[in-house]
Amino acid sequence: MKVGVLALQGAFGLHEQVLNRIGVAAVQVRTPEELAEVDCLVIPGGESTAISKLLDANGLGDPLADRLTDGLPVLGTCAGMILLAAEVVDGYPGQHRFGAIDATVRRNGYGRQSESFHAPIHIEGWESAFPGVFIRAPVVESVGRDVEVLAELDGVPVLCRQGSTVVSSFHPELAQDDRIHRWFVERDWSTGHHRFVERE
Amino acid sequence: MAAESMSGRETGTTLVKRGLAEMLKGGVIMDVVTPDQAKVAEDAGAVAVMALERVPADIRRDGGVARMSDPEMITGIQQAVTIPVMAKARIGHFVEAQILEALDVDYIDESEVLTPADEAHHIDKWAFTVPFVCGATNLGEALRRISEGACMIRSKGEAGTGNIVEAVRHLRSIIGDIRKITQADSAELFDWAKQLRAPLPLVREVAETGWLPVPMFCAGGISTPADAGLVMQLGAEAVFVGSGIFKSSDPAPRAKAIVEAATNYRDPHILAKVSRGLGEPMPGLEIDGLETHLADRGW
Repeated sequence: MKVGVLALQGAFGLHEQVLNRIGVAAVQVRTPEELAEVDCLVIPGGESTAISKLLDANGLGDPLADRLTDGLPVLGTCAGMILLAAEVVDGYPGQHRFGAIDATVRRNGYGRQSESFHAPIHIEGWESAFPGVFIRAPVVESVGRDVEVLAELDGVPVLCRQGSTVVSSFHPELAQDDRIHRWFVERDWSTGHHRFVERE
Repeated sequence: MAAESMSGRETGTTLVKRGLAEMLKGGVIMDVVTPDQAKVAEDAGAVAVMALERVPADIRRDGGVARMSDPEMITGIQQAVTIPVMAKARIGHFVEAQILEALDVDYIDESEVLTPADEAHHIDKWAFTVPFVCGATNLGEALRRISEGACMIRSKGEAGTGNIVEAVRHLRSIIGDIRKITQADSAELFDWAKQLRAPLPLVREVAETGWLPVPMFCAGGISTPADAGLVMQLGAEAVFVGSGIFKSSDPAPRAKAIVEAATNYRDPHILAKVSRGLGEPMPGLEIDGLETHLADRGW
């Protein structure tokens, strides 16, 4: 399986490092040709306005929308979540909303940098907490009925899945913990079968 | 200063401070002096704006003491855009930094572009919740700033000149020394720490990881997409553009072109495409003819 990391702007290098650490050779995606070759995609944290504009500049907007419609497994963290959401509050006009997850998110909903934080995240069915790092993070305000909420913080969803789309408000790429990346790449997205074990 | 609140939330930690710098990688941070310019920057795809009263080229031309910007102007820019807003404090002027923190800016630049307030000491940046970026001309300077709590380093270049030569000198110096340190044996690291006037644990960290413990961006003299491509290929992880955009003949398309160049910095075909028809870049200055070398400020 070929894992791509959208490498237009943001923490794509950190996602690559985590993937390499768990033995997955990730490739950077900047062009439609590179996108066409991957079996799943990570959309990193960064500035969603900048990434959205760069998607257009590099001719990736329509090809990415098509692949998402076809069920491309995708992990979107922070800015990635904003781009994948169906509705964005306080977004930038004209910003891409791919609608791969039926959620309404408020951009910078957790506040400015002074309110950026980390906190332990308890993920459904996992034994130990995941270190969640929230940087000017988006708040999930509501989710549709087809969305599975995998983790909440103070009653607010922070990790969600719908079909083969997985989104987080926080940055697993900033944590010294590879479980979310392993969970994402060790699932057979066509059958839903999981090879993932929390502890290795 | 780190603080703890509901659900074990911790703010102001090194992780969240350096984390924002990680999110800005591959992007362009633009100097702006009005809310309208900030909108132009955001529309072009800037990842953040630096709010200041005068761009470096004007500070250089006007002379006199350059200080922190008027809070009203910073607030106006914060209201105009959704991307992070940074602002500059004078070197060592920790009260300007306290004011910027009270204004809730996203990053403080302790900057040599402003007139230094202290000729021996930089700000103790560990004392703040808001993260700091600092300039450096060489590895020792970068590591001293990191030891004081800086969470992002920018190579200084020579601001307000539109001349890339100093940026290249500083980047090559920092990255060249990092390469040498990774080849040094454990005994040589003591001497490196002494030569660099930098803490030994940071020197050891550089030797082990082959990079700074924080992201390194490039500033000072970038005025074309090719300049952005040059410093990114040399190893910068993002770029600051000061006077280069709003002192050019047609700022909006130039801003967008530099954003696209920072992403596609290894692709000469895209660089050629985005470099077309951008109008006049800012007028450049020869380094030898300068009255003030801003990069010399900082200790």
